[in-house]
Amino acid sequence: MINISTTGGVTIAELSGDLDHHTARLMRTDIDRELAEKRPRRLIIDFSSVTFMDSSGIGLIMGRYRIMNENGGDVIVARPPAYIKKVLRLAGVDRLAPITDDPRDLIPEDFYKEKEAEKIEQTAPQTT
Amino acid sequence: MSRPPLRPLNEMTLTFPALSENERFARLAVSGFLSALDPNISELSDIKTAVSEAVTNAIVHGYRDTPGDVMMQVRIFKDSRISIKIQDKGCGIPDVAQAMTPLYTTSPEDDRAGLGFTIMETFMEKIKVKSKPGKGTTVILERTVQGKKRL
Repeated sequence: MINISTTGGVTIAELSGDLDHHTARLMRTDIDRELAEKRPRRLIIDFSSVTFMDSSGIGLIMGRYRIMNENGGDVIVARPPAYIKKVLRLAGVDRLAPITDDPRDLIPEDFYKEKEAEKIEQTAPQTT
Repeated sequence: MSRPPLRPLNEMTLTFPALSENERFARLAVSGFLSALDPNISELSDIKTAVSEAVTNAIVHGYRDTPGDVMMQVRIFKDSRISIKIQDKGCGIPDVAQAMTPLYTTSPEDDRAGLGFTIMETFMEKIKVKSKPGKGTTVILERTVQGKKRL
Protein backbone atom coordinates (compact mmCIF):
# COMPACT_ATOMS: atom_id res chain seq x y z
CA MET A 1 0.00 0.00 0.00
CA ILE A 2 1.16 3.51 -0.71
CA ASN A 3 0.04 7.05 -0.03
CA ILE A 4 1.73 9.80 -2.06
CA SER A 5 1.48 13.57 -1.94
CA THR A 6 3.61 16.48 -3.09
CA THR A 7 3.78 19.89 -1.43
CA GLY A 8 6.30 22.69 -1.96
CA GLY A 9 8.64 20.61 -4.11
CA VAL A 10 8.73 17.71 -1.64
CA THR A 11 7.11 14.37 -2.42
CA ILE A 12 6.26 12.15 0.52
CA ALA A 13 5.60 8.48 -0.15
CA GLU A 14 4.16 6.69 2.88
CA LEU A 15 4.54 2.96 2.41
CA SER A 16 2.65 0.37 4.42
CA GLY A 17 2.42 -3.41 4.65
CA ASP A 18 5.04 -5.83 3.30
CA LEU A 19 7.65 -4.52 0.86
CA ASP A 20 8.81 -7.41 -1.30
CA HIS A 21 9.41 -8.03 -5.01
CA HIS A 22 5.64 -8.35 -5.60
CA THR A 23 4.53 -5.13 -3.86
CA ALA A 24 7.65 -3.11 -4.79
CA ARG A 25 6.63 -3.20 -8.45
CA LEU A 26 3.29 -1.59 -7.66
CA MET A 27 4.81 1.01 -5.32
CA ARG A 28 7.50 1.87 -7.86
CA THR A 29 4.93 2.60 -10.58
CA ASP A 30 3.02 4.98 -8.31
CA ILE A 31 6.13 6.81 -7.06
CA ASP A 32 7.63 7.19 -10.55
CA ARG A 33 4.38 8.59 -11.93
CA GLU A 34 4.31 11.22 -9.16
CA LEU A 35 7.99 12.11 -9.72
CA ALA A 36 7.44 12.50 -13.48
CA GLU A 37 4.36 14.69 -12.99
CA LYS A 38 5.49 16.88 -10.06
CA ARG A 39 9.27 16.94 -10.55
CA PRO A 40 10.04 17.48 -6.83
CA ARG A 41 13.49 18.40 -5.51
CA ARG A 42 13.17 15.96 -2.63
CA LEU A 43 11.58 12.52 -2.17
CA ILE A 44 10.89 11.35 1.37
CA ILE A 45 10.03 7.66 1.67
CA ASP A 46 8.32 6.96 4.99
CA PHE A 47 8.85 3.37 6.21
CA SER A 48 7.15 3.68 9.61
CA SER A 49 4.20 1.46 8.60
CA VAL A 50 6.21 -1.10 6.63
CA THR A 51 5.79 -4.54 8.25
CA PHE A 52 8.44 -6.42 6.26
CA MET A 53 11.20 -5.53 3.82
CA ASP A 54 13.72 -7.58 1.83
CA SER A 55 16.28 -6.49 -0.78
CA SER A 56 13.43 -5.37 -3.05
CA GLY A 57 13.16 -2.34 -0.75
CA ILE A 58 16.84 -1.57 -1.35
CA GLY A 59 16.24 -1.78 -5.10
CA LEU A 60 13.24 0.53 -4.73
CA ILE A 61 15.29 3.16 -2.86
CA MET A 62 18.33 2.92 -5.17
CA GLY A 63 16.20 3.17 -8.31
CA ARG A 64 14.41 6.29 -7.00
CA TYR A 65 17.78 7.73 -5.93
CA ARG A 66 18.99 7.43 -9.55
CA ILE A 67 15.92 9.28 -10.84
CA MET A 68 16.14 12.05 -8.24
CA ASN A 69 19.90 12.39 -8.60
CA GLU A 70 19.63 12.89 -12.37
CA ASN A 71 17.50 15.96 -11.71
CA GLY A 72 19.68 17.26 -8.87
CA GLY A 73 17.26 16.14 -6.14
CA ASP A 74 17.68 13.88 -3.12
CA VAL A 75 16.01 10.97 -1.37
CA ILE A 76 15.41 10.67 2.38
CA VAL A 77 14.55 7.40 4.12
CA ALA A 78 12.28 8.28 7.03
CA ARG A 79 11.37 6.37 10.20
CA PRO A 80 12.42 2.81 9.32
CA PRO A 81 11.67 0.20 12.05
CA ALA A 82 14.69 -1.61 13.57
CA TYR A 83 14.50 -4.72 11.38
CA ILE A 84 14.38 -2.57 8.25
CA LYS A 85 17.36 -0.51 9.44
CA LYS A 86 19.34 -3.74 9.62
CA VAL A 87 18.73 -4.42 5.90
CA LEU A 88 19.39 -0.77 4.97
CA ARG A 89 22.73 -0.75 6.83
CA LEU A 90 23.78 -4.04 5.27
CA ALA A 91 23.28 -2.48 1.85
CA GLY A 92 24.93 0.83 2.81
CA VAL A 93 21.89 2.71 1.55
CA ASP A 94 22.53 5.64 3.90
CA ARG A 95 25.52 6.66 1.77
CA LEU A 96 23.06 7.57 -1.00
CA ALA A 97 19.88 8.32 0.87
CA PRO A 98 20.21 9.61 4.46
CA ILE A 99 18.10 7.84 7.09
CA THR A 100 16.20 9.91 9.64
CA ASP A 101 13.91 9.04 12.54
CA ASP A 102 12.46 12.55 12.62
CA PRO A 103 11.71 13.96 9.15
CA ARG A 104 9.59 16.91 10.39
CA ASP A 105 12.26 19.52 9.63
CA LEU A 106 12.56 18.21 6.08
CA ILE A 107 8.86 18.44 5.29
CA PRO A 108 7.34 21.80 4.30
CA GLU A 109 4.90 23.12 6.94
CA ASP A 110 2.13 23.34 4.35
CA PHE A 111 2.12 19.55 4.15
CA TYR A 112 0.73 19.19 7.65
CA LYS A 113 -1.70 22.10 7.19
CA GLU A 114 -3.14 20.45 4.09
CA LYS A 115 -3.37 17.09 5.85
CA GLU A 116 -5.11 18.71 8.80
CA ALA A 117 -7.56 20.42 6.45
CA GLU A 118 -8.29 17.11 4.75
CA LYS A 119 -8.99 15.48 8.11
CA ILE A 120 -11.39 18.25 9.14
CA GLU A 121 -13.17 17.97 5.82
CA GLN A 122 -13.51 14.22 6.21
CA THR A 123 -14.75 14.27 9.78
CA ALA A 124 -17.03 17.29 9.41
CA PRO A 125 -20.09 15.48 8.03
CA GLN A 126 -19.97 12.95 10.86
CA THR A 127 -20.00 15.55 13.62
CA THR A 128 -22.90 17.57 12.28
CA MET B 1 29.20 -25.83 13.87
CA SER B 2 28.08 -29.45 14.18
CA ARG B 3 25.96 -30.97 11.45
CA PRO B 4 22.32 -31.43 12.36
CA PRO B 5 21.37 -35.05 12.99
CA LEU B 6 19.69 -36.67 10.03
CA ARG B 7 16.28 -37.23 11.62
CA PRO B 8 14.22 -34.06 11.97
CA LEU B 9 11.82 -33.69 14.91
CA ASN B 10 9.27 -32.04 12.65
CA GLU B 11 9.09 -31.05 8.99
CA MET B 12 6.85 -29.66 6.31
CA THR B 13 6.98 -29.41 2.57
CA LEU B 14 5.14 -26.93 0.38
CA THR B 15 4.89 -26.61 -3.36
CA PHE B 16 3.51 -23.52 -5.04
CA PRO B 17 3.63 -21.99 -8.53
CA ALA B 18 6.29 -19.34 -9.18
CA LEU B 19 3.97 -16.35 -8.81
CA SER B 20 5.20 -13.21 -7.06
CA GLU B 21 2.14 -13.09 -4.78
CA ASN B 22 3.38 -16.37 -3.26
CA GLU B 23 6.49 -14.65 -1.83
CA ARG B 24 4.42 -13.39 1.07
CA PHE B 25 2.72 -16.77 1.48
CA ALA B 26 6.12 -18.52 1.72
CA ARG B 27 7.26 -16.15 4.50
CA LEU B 28 4.05 -16.57 6.45
CA ALA B 29 4.13 -20.36 6.08
CA VAL B 30 7.70 -20.53 7.44
CA SER B 31 6.93 -18.21 10.32
CA GLY B 32 3.77 -20.16 11.15
CA PHE B 33 5.59 -23.50 11.11
CA LEU B 34 8.47 -22.20 13.26
CA SER B 35 6.13 -20.61 15.83
CA ALA B 36 6.41 -23.85 17.87
CA LEU B 37 10.03 -22.83 18.60
CA ASP B 38 8.85 -19.46 19.94
CA PRO B 39 11.43 -17.41 17.98
CA ASN B 40 12.10 -13.83 19.08
CA ILE B 41 11.08 -10.97 16.78
CA SER B 42 14.61 -10.30 15.55
CA GLU B 43 15.42 -13.87 14.50
CA LEU B 44 11.98 -14.42 12.99
CA SER B 45 12.46 -11.28 10.90
CA ASP B 46 15.93 -12.50 9.81
CA ILE B 47 14.54 -15.89 8.76
CA LYS B 48 11.59 -14.36 6.88
CA THR B 49 13.93 -12.00 5.04
CA ALA B 50 16.30 -14.83 4.00
CA VAL B 51 13.37 -17.00 2.84
CA SER B 52 11.91 -14.10 0.91
CA GLU B 53 15.23 -13.62 -0.93
CA ALA B 54 15.54 -17.31 -1.85
CA VAL B 55 11.92 -17.63 -3.02
CA THR B 56 12.12 -14.36 -4.97
CA ASN B 57 15.30 -15.59 -6.69
CA ALA B 58 13.51 -18.79 -7.74
CA ILE B 59 10.57 -16.80 -9.13
CA VAL B 60 12.48 -13.91 -10.73
CA HIS B 61 15.57 -15.72 -11.98
CA GLY B 62 14.94 -19.49 -11.94
CA TYR B 63 11.62 -19.24 -13.73
CA ARG B 64 12.47 -16.12 -15.72
CA ASP B 65 11.42 -17.65 -19.03
CA THR B 66 9.30 -20.65 -18.07
CA PRO B 67 6.52 -21.19 -15.52
CA GLY B 68 7.06 -23.82 -12.84
CA ASP B 69 6.80 -24.75 -9.19
CA VAL B 70 8.87 -23.72 -6.19
CA MET B 71 9.36 -26.37 -3.50
CA MET B 72 10.04 -25.31 0.06
CA GLN B 73 10.91 -27.72 2.86
CA VAL B 74 11.35 -26.63 6.48
CA ARG B 75 12.85 -29.04 9.00
CA ILE B 76 13.31 -28.69 12.74
CA PHE B 77 16.11 -30.64 14.43
CA LYS B 78 17.26 -31.17 18.00
CA ASP B 79 18.33 -28.05 19.94
CA SER B 80 16.15 -25.79 17.77
CA ARG B 81 18.32 -26.11 14.68
CA ILE B 82 16.37 -25.39 11.54
CA SER B 83 17.01 -26.11 7.89
CA ILE B 84 15.03 -24.53 5.07
CA LYS B 85 15.37 -25.86 1.54
CA ILE B 86 14.09 -23.82 -1.41
CA GLN B 87 14.22 -25.58 -4.75
CA ASP B 88 13.28 -24.67 -8.31
CA LYS B 89 13.53 -26.61 -11.55
CA GLY B 90 14.23 -23.48 -13.56
CA CYS B 91 17.14 -22.26 -15.66
CA GLY B 92 19.89 -22.77 -13.07
CA ILE B 93 22.94 -20.59 -12.34
CA PRO B 94 26.00 -21.01 -14.61
CA ASP B 95 28.39 -19.43 -12.06
CA VAL B 96 27.21 -19.69 -8.45
CA ALA B 97 30.19 -17.78 -7.00
CA GLN B 98 29.52 -14.85 -9.31
CA ALA B 99 25.78 -14.91 -8.49
CA MET B 100 26.63 -14.71 -4.79
CA THR B 101 28.87 -11.66 -5.20
CA PRO B 102 27.34 -8.64 -3.42
CA LEU B 103 25.58 -6.23 -5.83
CA TYR B 104 25.81 -8.66 -8.75
CA THR B 105 22.47 -8.86 -10.57
CA THR B 106 21.27 -9.96 -13.96
CA SER B 107 18.15 -7.76 -13.65
CA PRO B 108 19.23 -4.15 -12.93
CA GLU B 109 16.37 -2.87 -15.12
CA ASP B 110 13.91 -4.38 -12.66
CA ASP B 111 15.52 -2.52 -9.71
CA ARG B 112 17.03 -5.70 -8.28
CA ALA B 113 19.76 -4.71 -5.83
CA GLY B 114 21.92 -7.85 -6.19
CA LEU B 115 21.89 -8.41 -2.44
CA GLY B 116 19.73 -11.53 -2.14
CA PHE B 117 22.55 -13.99 -1.36
CA THR B 118 24.34 -11.42 0.84
CA ILE B 119 21.21 -11.13 2.99
CA MET B 120 20.79 -14.92 3.14
CA GLU B 121 24.44 -15.31 4.22
CA THR B 122 24.19 -12.55 6.82
CA PHE B 123 20.82 -13.48 8.33
CA MET B 124 21.36 -17.26 8.45
CA GLU B 125 24.32 -19.17 9.88
CA LYS B 126 24.93 -21.43 6.92
CA ILE B 127 23.95 -21.46 3.25
CA LYS B 128 24.42 -24.14 0.62
CA VAL B 129 23.69 -23.53 -3.05
CA LYS B 130 23.51 -26.27 -5.64
CA SER B 131 22.73 -25.36 -9.21
CA LYS B 132 22.90 -26.85 -12.69
CA PRO B 133 22.13 -24.86 -15.85
CA GLY B 134 18.91 -26.17 -17.36
CA LYS B 135 18.09 -28.26 -14.26
CA GLY B 136 17.42 -25.76 -11.49
CA THR B 137 18.72 -24.43 -8.20
CA THR B 138 18.54 -25.64 -4.59
CA VAL B 139 19.31 -23.31 -1.69
CA ILE B 140 19.59 -24.69 1.85
CA LEU B 141 19.53 -22.21 4.73
CA GLU B 142 20.42 -23.25 8.26
CA ARG B 143 20.54 -21.66 11.68
CA THR B 144 19.63 -22.09 15.34
CA VAL B 145 16.55 -20.46 16.84
CA GLN B 146 17.31 -19.05 20.29
CA GLY B 147 13.71 -18.24 21.12
CA LYS B 148 12.32 -15.75 23.62
CA LYS B 149 12.59 -17.88 26.75
CA ARG B 150 16.29 -18.62 26.59
CA LEU B 151 17.37 -15.02 26.03
